[in-house]
Amino acid sequence: MALTKADMAEHLHARLGLNKREAKDVVESFFEEIRVALERGEQVKLSGFGNFDLREKKERPGRNPKTGEEIPITARRVVTFRPGQKLKSRVESYAGHEH
Amino acid sequence: MMKSELIEALTEQQTHLADKDVELAVRLILERMSDALAEGERIEVRGFGSFSLHYRPARVGRNPKTGEAVSLDGKHVPHFKPGKELRDRVNAAYLASLERAEAA
Repeated sequence: MALTKADMAEHLHARLGLNKREAKDVVESFFEEIRVALERGEQVKLSGFGNFDLREKKERPGRNPKTGEEIPITARRVVTFRPGQKLKSRVESYAGHEH
Repeated sequence: MMKSELIEALTEQQTHLADKDVELAVRLILERMSDALAEGERIEVRGFGSFSLHYRPARVGRNPKTGEAVSLDGKHVPHFKPGKELRDRVNAAYLASLERAEAA
């Protein structure tokens, strides 16, 4: 079981009384706006939850794992997530094993 | 972009919703996500990415001030894996900006 956009929309419907269409739109736009900011090269800081950061990676040598052929991994920008203190401390004590 | 700016961008788009509702919606989405992770539940958002927990085993650490050894319990930490659409869009925009810089 995993939390999905549909679950989040259902939550907004139940808690805020948004109709299903509105709830689905808000959830979709929420993630789209974060993507757009990251696309612009902007860090996204969601206090209490965490930060989405960007890191630039230089070109490095790589290999096709199937053929063993050498192909460079080109320079790229990647997204990383740094959980905030509040989220970290909430998650830390989770005692189960489901990941 | 801060949370307040994300809320602002959403209120401009969701003109049929009260600003207050948009603000609450953002808070509810983030709370729902935090609650899921706190219960060990994964989050899967297609085109954006997935969040899960990674386990860090118990270890002996040191108090950086005194150098004293302290045993640290095992713990879970949140982990995010960007989805394909997010990876591709962020990288395509970056490569385009590099090309523009080179051409200038």
